[in-house]
Amino acid sequence: MIHTRGLTRSFHVKGETVEAVRGLDLDIEAGSVVAFLGPNGAGKTTSLRMLTTLLPPTSGTAVVAGHNVLTDPSGVRRRIGYLGQGNSAGSNFRVSDELITQGRAYGLNRTESRARVERLLTALALEGLAKRTVGTLSGGQRRRLDIAMALVHEPELLFLDEPTTGLDPHSRAGIWKHVLRLHKELGTTIVFTTHYLEEADLWARRVMVVDHGRVIADDSPDKLKADLAGDRITLGTADRADAERAAGLARALPAVHEAIADDTEVRVRTPHGDTQLPVLLRNLEVAGVRAVTARLTRPTLDDVFLGLTGRTLRESADATTHDGA
Amino acid sequence: MKVFNDTRTAFARELGPELRQPAGLLFTMLLPFLFLVLFAPLLSGMAHPSGGGMNTDSPWQWFVPGTLVLLALSATAGAGASLLNEMPSGAFERMLVTPLNRASMIVGRALKEVVILLAQALLILALLLPTDFRLRPLGALAGLALLTVFGIGIGTLSFTLALHSRKQQTLFYGVQQMVFFPLLLLSGVLLPITEASAPSWLYVLSRINPATYVVEAERALFDGRFAEAGVLYGVLAAVAVAVLGVIAGIRGMRNASV
Ligand SMILES: Nc1ncnc2c1ncn2[C@@H]1O[C@H](COP(=O)(O)OP(=O)(O)O)[C@@H](O)[C@H]1O
Ligand SMILES: [Mg+2]
Repeated sequence: MIHTRGLTRSFHVKGETVEAVRGLDLDIEAGSVVAFLGPNGAGKTTSLRMLTTLLPPTSGTAVVAGHNVLTDPSGVRRRIGYLGQGNSAGSNFRVSDELITQGRAYGLNRTESRARVERLLTALALEGLAKRTVGTLSGGQRRRLDIAMALVHEPELLFLDEPTTGLDPHSRAGIWKHVLRLHKELGTTIVFTTHYLEEADLWARRVMVVDHGRVIADDSPDKLKADLAGDRITLGTADRADAERAAGLARALPAVHEAIADDTEVRVRTPHGDTQLPVLLRNLEVAGVRAVTARLTRPTLDDVFLGLTGRTLRESADATTHDGA
Repeated sequence: MKVFNDTRTAFARELGPELRQPAGLLFTMLLPFLFLVLFAPLLSGMAHPSGGGMNTDSPWQWFVPGTLVLLALSATAGAGASLLNEMPSGAFERMLVTPLNRASMIVGRALKEVVILLAQALLILALLLPTDFRLRPLGALAGLALLTVFGIGIGTLSFTLALHSRKQQTLFYGVQQMVFFPLLLLSGVLLPITEASAPSWLYVLSRINPATYVVEAERALFDGRFAEAGVLYGVLAAVAVAVLGVIAGIRGMRNASV
């Protein structure tokens, strides 16, 4: 569905060159749900803008939905839906008018467009708002409308740029419910960006961690966590000697990456905590080492990001001011 | 046809809010009345500024076509402001991602301003019917068609300016005023600019102003004179401005999100 080779984009701002995207090589299959996860300024929006024909790349190639973004932009445009970081619907317009216009822009006739809009309004819980002026909607309603706009023509590929940023958890969940139902019903390929790690973790089947314009990790959330961060097993022992012995036994297990004794606590890092914990406990039993407590913590994508960059995603997000770019 | 359909889609979108705001529409339509009420008293008893040569002696015959061009300029030169307001949100970007024809996007938008302008023009003509102004239907129709082409040209140029001003909105208003007034004053809309009446530098400037040719063509057409070089020049000037506007607008859109 998406194939890019060496896609780059730089900007010249006041004599300085900002390399927003540095060599993106993507292969995304039809039917996947892919997240670009990264802090503000990582180059997520710039990547999406190149893939949606809005921005010409500085170098590299991109074939999206079977069409080259540079040589056949209209071929790409016909097949994709796009939800930008800003609001898609003009604030002075009527909700239903904007939706119908959008359908017409994709070549639907007036009747078809109206029928689709009716269905979408219901599907996105916007029924009562058809006659409202867009500017009077709440943030969550407006974002749902943006999603409806991106869906009018039932695209095979949907790009969502920070679909839920700034919304409360309830609205965020609502939006995902709708997007995923669509994915299920129509098999729509979904590419979204986010700096909420929970969102990438919960909804994407493949996460690309982006930092400084590069993809620094690319896998399913579970694999990323297992390979790049690993589960953490924390054992409590009665005394220091037991802790040392427990750590030694843990290190003896092939799947354990690291085991550190710290006073009466043992911290074990392993990609497969759920299977290693029972094994470890059995081995302790056999060796006559008593564990007083045992705790298994699953890593988050934040741990993954930390492992990759030495920074946490939250710190990076706070450090970079949201410039709306 | 896709270009036609797309133009209609872009046009209908812009017209929607206009029609839903009767107060705004009312004021727009009051403008012609205002113009007549404030201008007519000055004209009664005034001699023909052109010094004759027209088919009727009513000074309206000379003033009305120029006034329509004045209206066209002021209605469409500011068209870009609507785009300027939409660019910081995602509304314009979202349209750029649709397969809408690029020329249709701006021509449709410009046509919205032109349609309102045509309504104003028709209102002025209707209000003048009881006076000694002589309406020649065919000439008037041709005149309004010419006005449409010219309006599309100025409108699309205004959009182009807006596309280039997205990072500093003041640029739009500054340049727009800087261009608008010379274009207007040098077109001979209100006073004739002839070799005899104007200093030569001013005369030369007025001759390189496309609006001058449009004004002269409008005067001929509203006077029922079709087979004149002035009409041809006016049509060429309007078409040139429109082609330039559309091409510049499409180029501007290509880099609109950089
Ligand atoms: N139009 C632009 N002009 C100049 N710099 C830009 C522009 N768009 C993005 N950038 C810069 O490129 C980098 C990546 O931005 P962006 O793609 O918006 O990141 P993200 O979406 O991940 O927050 C940032 O440093 C940003 O300031
Ligand atoms: Mg972004």
